[in-house]
Amino acid sequence: MISNLEAKRIRDAVASGTRTDGRGIDDFRPIKVETGVVAKAEGSATVSIGGTSVIAGIKMNLGTPFPDRPSEGVLMTGAELSPMAHNEFEAGPPREDAIELARVIDRSIREAGVMDVSKLCITEGEKVWMANLDIYPLNADGNLFDAGVLAGMAALNTAKMPEYVDEQVVRENLKKQVPVAHQVVSVTFARIGDALVVDPTRDELEVSEARLTVGVCEGKLVALQKGGDGSLKPEMVEDAFKRALKHSQKLLKHLK
Amino acid sequence: MSKMSDDKPKFLIKSGKRLDGRKPDEVRPMEMTVGVIPNADGSAMVVCGKTKVIAAVYGPRELHPRHQVLNHKARVRVKYNMLSFSVEDRKRPGPGRREVEISKVLSEALERVVLTDRFPMCAIDVFVTVIQADASTRVAGLNAASMALADAGVPMRDLVVSLSFGKSYDEKGAGHMVVDLEKEEDNWGMGDVAYAVAPALNEILLLQMDGDLTPEEFAKGRQMADEAAKAIYDMQKQALKAPYQEGSK
Repeated sequence: MISNLEAKRIRDAVASGTRTDGRGIDDFRPIKVETGVVAKAEGSATVSIGGTSVIAGIKMNLGTPFPDRPSEGVLMTGAELSPMAHNEFEAGPPREDAIELARVIDRSIREAGVMDVSKLCITEGEKVWMANLDIYPLNADGNLFDAGVLAGMAALNTAKMPEYVDEQVVRENLKKQVPVAHQVVSVTFARIGDALVVDPTRDELEVSEARLTVGVCEGKLVALQKGGDGSLKPEMVEDAFKRALKHSQKLLKHLK
Repeated sequence: MSKMSDDKPKFLIKSGKRLDGRKPDEVRPMEMTVGVIPNADGSAMVVCGKTKVIAAVYGPRELHPRHQVLNHKARVRVKYNMLSFSVEDRKRPGPGRREVEISKVLSEALERVVLTDRFPMCAIDVFVTVIQADASTRVAGLNAASMALADAGVPMRDLVVSLSFGKSYDEKGAGHMVVDLEKEEDNWGMGDVAYAVAPALNEILLLQMDGDLTPEEFAKGRQMADEAAKAIYDMQKQALKAPYQEGSK
């Protein structure tokens, strides 16, 4: 919850072309990416964007392929708004915010064909690798979408395949990379008045009329999600696309 | 199941040396840091060997649901949770029976040291998250939880110092008491105990065991644990003071 005074301060700042934390309308907060943070995971990363920090990890398990795609593995993305990350997050099964977060990250990463799932087949129609990507905020200060996508990608990029030997999963001394075909990032905006601020903080999201997340893969739009109970003007959406493409170049550098 | 955990080692201790080279009364290298979750009122991270946990405290704050409110004191509510990728085989998200039980005994251990009567009708929520598990996660979590409470400025009678101890077999199958169990010792050992004390009060706050121990073995293990607890207690206090010492941010 945010006070009326603070909300006004945020709106006034944005209206005059700046932000309460000193950023410009089109500035991201500082980004930090660290990989290999959980040795038990096949791949893992922590990402911080300003005061937001998230941890992502990959576990590879055996599973049965979907009947309509018998020779493909599966990538599943989950997110939990862990109550340690903010005083308004509650313990318990994921609610709509967590499910939206997971599904938007999933759409950006899975639907863009980031993982080459054809290389995850063990026995056609019977046994495939299922990649579970799970994302948890450690400290939530807005823009969990972009931090989540970045952490998920960083974890995938560094993930190693377990081996399947004598009907058992071996997770020791892994060398083979998990097959990653494309790099995806997302860029999130919040509409405050007539401006679209990039990388919104939690307070900015709270005063915003609407939110827009743009998933970008190699210069193309691969996922979109509008959130919030207000609206976006058509020209704002076009502006967001242009800016998202520009920001994606900088975000991609963090995945190298 | 993964392959490694299916192979029972020939011994867990040989000539007074454990699989990872430790002596029976030696704890794994530990790291303790407070203030790791800026949003929380208090927080702490404890690394013990390959086990890594974070505890975050929110509160004292309004308690929901309202029917659980206690008119004369606060409720200390621990929620112990493991990240899905903190273990070898993926853990399904959400608390199972194990997590619920651990949360309960950890809440009860902390309830004793927190001055709950200062905050009637409130909740003091403690979220214990296992980032990486290599045995002894509940005791590492309890160490972190008591530090996070202190970091939050919650008035307490004492810190809680917690560790595991157990019985490991040598190459002849004879048992030896050891402290701070790692994964293999936990999986294959002849008994393990989760133990916590409030050193200044000389009280036991957590006690769980499975396996088989004679009363003499238990006494020996407890004595070793109490000795190791002194060093952990000092580390906790050191970590809590660190942010206020000269040269720190």
